[in-house]
Amino acid sequence: MELMKFVNAFWVGGLFCAFAQILIDKTRLTPARIMVTYVVAGVILTSLGLFKPIVDYAGCGATVPIIGFGYTLAKGVMTAITEKGALGILCGGVTGAACGISAAIFFGFLFAIICKPKPKK
Amino acid sequence: MNVKKQQKDYSILVKQKSPPSRLLKDMCLSFLIGGLICTLGQFISEVLSMAGISEEDAPSITSSAMIFLGAFLTGIGIYDNIARIGKAGTLVPITGFANSIVSSSMEYKSEGLILGVGAKMFTIAGPVIVYGISASVVCGLIYYLLTII
Repeated sequence: MELMKFVNAFWVGGLFCAFAQILIDKTRLTPARIMVTYVVAGVILTSLGLFKPIVDYAGCGATVPIIGFGYTLAKGVMTAITEKGALGILCGGVTGAACGISAAIFFGFLFAIICKPKPKK
Repeated sequence: MNVKKQQKDYSILVKQKSPPSRLLKDMCLSFLIGGLICTLGQFISEVLSMAGISEEDAPSITSSAMIFLGAFLTGIGIYDNIARIGKAGTLVPITGFANSIVSSSMEYKSEGLILGVGAKMFTIAGPVIVYGISASVVCGLIYYLLTII
């Protein structure tokens, strides 16, 4: 394990979060809008080839934030287009993000069923 | 006599002083908590690579593990406590995506398994998936057109 990988993941990931905090405080964007903005930004930046270098540099600092979900979608689409041609436009994104989407739905469902909501403080 | 003026001055002062300092504090906390969550992800992915998992599979497993953690911590009520401190630092990582699913679906449990748990889990996650996938199809289309030209 290299220490620098952790340092880079920490500061780049932290920066994505701090920037979202500025958007929340300054523009009153709701959390849902922030998440949508980040995902779409991830897709666009990846398509332009600008996000891959960040992933190479920061590892999970770039893939763990929700912007990395956009990266996974866009990467999946581009890989699938290279392999299958036009069909890849439709099937590539979800293929790339399949694991994450299924995990989110299944684990979300599971814990929503077995846990009770806590009273809001 | 000067009470009103004082109150006015005070509220102006509060307006001038409080937002930046609160923003700075929120930003630092977001940076710290968000950074730590990403570092945890990096740790999981390093452990996977030491266990001999290929570089292709590791990101999917890491995301799934982070999603599991986010959903689990939300279920037992810990994630919301971290979110109160970490603000956007807990929203932006993929654990926040899992949190949005579990918390909204748990809250509407009383409306039943189909229209409560099943439907409400997508209150926030739905738009993220809709816009994410739509954007990827549009970008894919452009990418495809550029490759065949």
